[in-house]
Amino acid sequence: MKVTFEINGAEKSVDVEPRTLVVDLIRTKLGMTGTHIGCDTSNCGACTVLLDGRPVKSCTLLAPMLEGKKVTTVEGLAAGGKLDAIQVGFHAEHGLQCGFCTPGMMLVGKALIEANPHPTEDEIRWGISGNICRCTGYMNIVKAIQHAAAANAAENTAGVA
Amino acid sequence: MFPAAFDYIAPGALDEVLSLLSQHGDDAKVLAGGQSLIPLLKLRFAAPVIVVDIGRVDGLEGVRRENGHVRIGARTRHRDVESASDLRGTLDVLLDAAPLISDPLIRNMGTVGGSVCHADPAGDWGAVMLAVGAEFVVKSAGGERVLPAAGFFEGPFTTGLHSDEVMTEIRIPVGAGRSGGTYLKLERKVGDFASVAAAVHVVLGGDGRIATAGIGLCAVGAHSIKATAAEAVLAGQEPTDAVIAEAARLAGEAAEPKADIRGSAEYKRDVARVFVQRGLHTAINRAQGAAA
Repeated sequence: MKVTFEINGAEKSVDVEPRTLVVDLIRTKLGMTGTHIGCDTSNCGACTVLLDGRPVKSCTLLAPMLEGKKVTTVEGLAAGGKLDAIQVGFHAEHGLQCGFCTPGMMLVGKALIEANPHPTEDEIRWGISGNICRCTGYMNIVKAIQHAAAANAAENTAGVA
Repeated sequence: MFPAAFDYIAPGALDEVLSLLSQHGDDAKVLAGGQSLIPLLKLRFAAPVIVVDIGRVDGLEGVRRENGHVRIGARTRHRDVESASDLRGTLDVLLDAAPLISDPLIRNMGTVGGSVCHADPAGDWGAVMLAVGAEFVVKSAGGERVLPAAGFFEGPFTTGLHSDEVMTEIRIPVGAGRSGGTYLKLERKVGDFASVAAAVHVVLGGDGRIATAGIGLCAVGAHSIKATAAEAVLAGQEPTDAVIAEAARLAGEAAEPKADIRGSAEYKRDVARVFVQRGLHTAINRAQGAAA
């Protein structure tokens, strides 16, 4: 069947079997391997994408459910050769070790600070509670998201001034 | 992992959904948020011939108050109940339960009606719906039925919903009187299914006595359990420590837990008792502080 949706700003129309999982569609059919497959059982969040701006687990979505929706993957974060604030935050605060959870963490972090521009540490920890990291102990991931929130706030202030 | 092949259709109108369900019966499965169904498809515990996605049917989402009820569209996401902050003071138990369901990503997709119809014995909404005395509006090509939550949950993943029916709305009565509630959940780690959970909802009369009390238990039986004997012992009583302790004891007796990796049966039964006791204290305190 044909499914038409927007991914990272570009409209795509693909022919898929209805049983195709979104994570497989993105990685195999579209060749975008930034979205990872971790547990494949809705537990780990490595496959996180934004669906109409909300983070969801793409291993637990069927391709036809994308019809008419907007998807953002980690490849859609940087624009015009410029890193997104969340990517800068993960770089600056060393918010990763092996990097496997990082695409999901960044997308969840981005959605979190868009909904709540000044999150507390508790709100960040609660917000990333669907994403598992086995390396960092989460300390630097929290700092990375705080870094991005502060950078956004500074930019907004600069814009006003 | 990927599911066995199926036909997929996403009708734009409810009538079309109902017609497909009456045509396909048990061969069809309704897809809402998919957060329970898709894992079952992937594990091949479920292999429907046709999946009917209700994601494009209008009018199935939202939380609103109408005619003495809070009405929740069956396809309302857990996340949207979590953020329905105006329910505070009326249906505290919903606001306390919603953020404890799985994790934030699942709550962005998963739906209240989907979870209720899936009827996992460890699903959080079942206990909540029993505590608040919800009614479920279900439709088929033949018409509409309104099913009380009490009696709806028949066994593991088994409900009173017929294979040609789809749930469209959850109605929760919110009468006069001050009410309070809460949801207490024991889990091994954040985002886990409950080891034990209890939902409590209390309405006080004008005289300060308990008008009605609703108690639902999660993950301590073959299905969500309504602790009716505990509810009965509270009705009409002054909310004293003694009556609360007695109700909690009866709620513990209503539990039918099985020993597993999450704990022994004795342990779970006692957690249910303690949660109901704590939950009743919180619910009554909140109701006493609430505006009439």
